[in-house]
Amino acid sequence: MNFFKIIDQLAEVDPDVLGRFDSRRAVFNSLGTAAKRSALAATPLLLSGLFQKAYAGTQSTPVDVLQYALTLELFEQDFYKKVQASAPYAAASAEDKAAIDQIKKHEDSHVTLLKTAITGLSGTPVTGVTFKQAVFDTLVTFKTGAAATSQLGIAQLLEDTGVRAYKGRAGELLGTDLLTVALQIHSVEARHASHIRTMRGQRSWVNPADDLAAHPVYSSGITTTTPPTTFLGYGIPAYTAPSPIENNTKQSGVEITSALGTPYSASDAAAAFDEYLQAAEVLDNSRAGGLVGA
Amino acid sequence: MSQHSQVGGPGEPTIAQPLYTPIKRRSFFMYAGATAGATALILAGCSKDDTNGPGPSGGGNVSLGSGDVGVLNYAYALEQLEAAFYAQVKTSTVAGFTPAETAYFAEVAAHEAIHRDFFKAAINRDAPGKIIPGLTPNFSGIDFTKRVKAASDTKLGVLDAAKAFEDLGVAAYNGAGKLIKNAAYLVIAGQIVSVEARHAAYVRDLILPGSFAADDQVNATTGLDKAMMPTEVIAIAQAFVMEKLDASSVGK
Repeated sequence: MNFFKIIDQLAEVDPDVLGRFDSRRAVFNSLGTAAKRSALAATPLLLSGLFQKAYAGTQSTPVDVLQYALTLELFEQDFYKKVQASAPYAAASAEDKAAIDQIKKHEDSHVTLLKTAITGLSGTPVTGVTFKQAVFDTLVTFKTGAAATSQLGIAQLLEDTGVRAYKGRAGELLGTDLLTVALQIHSVEARHASHIRTMRGQRSWVNPADDLAAHPVYSSGITTTTPPTTFLGYGIPAYTAPSPIENNTKQSGVEITSALGTPYSASDAAAAFDEYLQAAEVLDNSRAGGLVGA
Repeated sequence: MSQHSQVGGPGEPTIAQPLYTPIKRRSFFMYAGATAGATALILAGCSKDDTNGPGPSGGGNVSLGSGDVGVLNYAYALEQLEAAFYAQVKTSTVAGFTPAETAYFAEVAAHEAIHRDFFKAAINRDAPGKIIPGLTPNFSGIDFTKRVKAASDTKLGVLDAAKAFEDLGVAAYNGAGKLIKNAAYLVIAGQIVSVEARHAAYVRDLILPGSFAADDQVNATTGLDKAMMPTEVIAIAQAFVMEKLDASSVGK
């Protein structure tokens, strides 16, 4: 990690960044002392701590981003915990149970990892994020039947939304080792989504033939009039414009279906890129936010 | 600035290289397909070999470049390989492929071709003149008629190779993310890597049901997928490319 380079890049976009630190010299002195005491692996956390301090009150801190990630992971963890304790799961095949167990194991690991990282940054990890029992009780089947009333139908929504959610915050961790960790979680969520989809007889990737394509989670924009600016005590970026919908075929201004020399179908063009979601959208009542609760 | 920097020197002799390089390649494939856990060993052996001389005859030297355009070229190189691989799968008759699998692989082929063409368009737009050339794939270690290699086979089956490509692609994007300086590029990379991870999980499930995120790929303690840096990734990918790739400046 090139620490100086990152500081310099920050200075390019934010001329005041150096003023936000106590002083450049003091920061580097304390970093030097701390680095001698701590393992190399701890450096990213320390670095993020500097940023957190420098940017407190101006925009989301790395801790805010981690709290958001932890919220999603706690939510998924609780969901799969409820699945594992349910009758439909008990009646599922050994293979299906093993898949759920493997996914749950990863969510447990992610929770532990994120809690440790937040604590390491002097934050207090969010707690008490659970999947609404009343909604869970309406999930009467394991993987068959209508998506909205099957456990794996909702699992697919959660995993696909998780994939989109991590993308939505990646830019705030630009150039940091925390970004690498976030990406390493992100691709695991995508693997989960793929397998849940396979278990349900859906394609592994988001596509127009999805039986959940019309669900609110896949629609664009928040539906409540006042988007949350804080959730469970941590800040999230202000909602701006609706994120692209999943059947979007234009990326970085390039129309995939027609501007690449070779024509591609709208379905392939949409499936080749997963979309992102902003935190305000994910936590909105129309999406995951509406499923969080006692 | 040259996009074809001379990694091994322009005039170095290539005597004996064509004779023994393919053997090394084959062993790469077998290890890569057999166990991801051996990756570190492979890497150690590979990078050493690679610095000893120029690549196989027939391909030139290709530097991926530096900074963000280096990362984009790096992604473009990997997507070229994947796209070429799936294009060949599409035109091959793979023994034992079900109609559903054939249809799925046609879609994967389209996704990868789109990724390749997208990067080409984006690099030409954002960094005119800095794009790497089209690469010449080397799939001599893949048997496109076989679904999965048998223990006695020296070549990878289609699913083995697909798994190797997809898992490597995921690790490559995961590792390269922090090298990217432009947030817009990072988001695009994120939009692509999750599709690669979906492919990887799908192919893994075809080889061994339930192995979509098995402990050999996703760390059983941390729950983290693999992340690899460009030089590590290229050391493995090099076996599939005729040109000698240099990723030493990517992101720098």
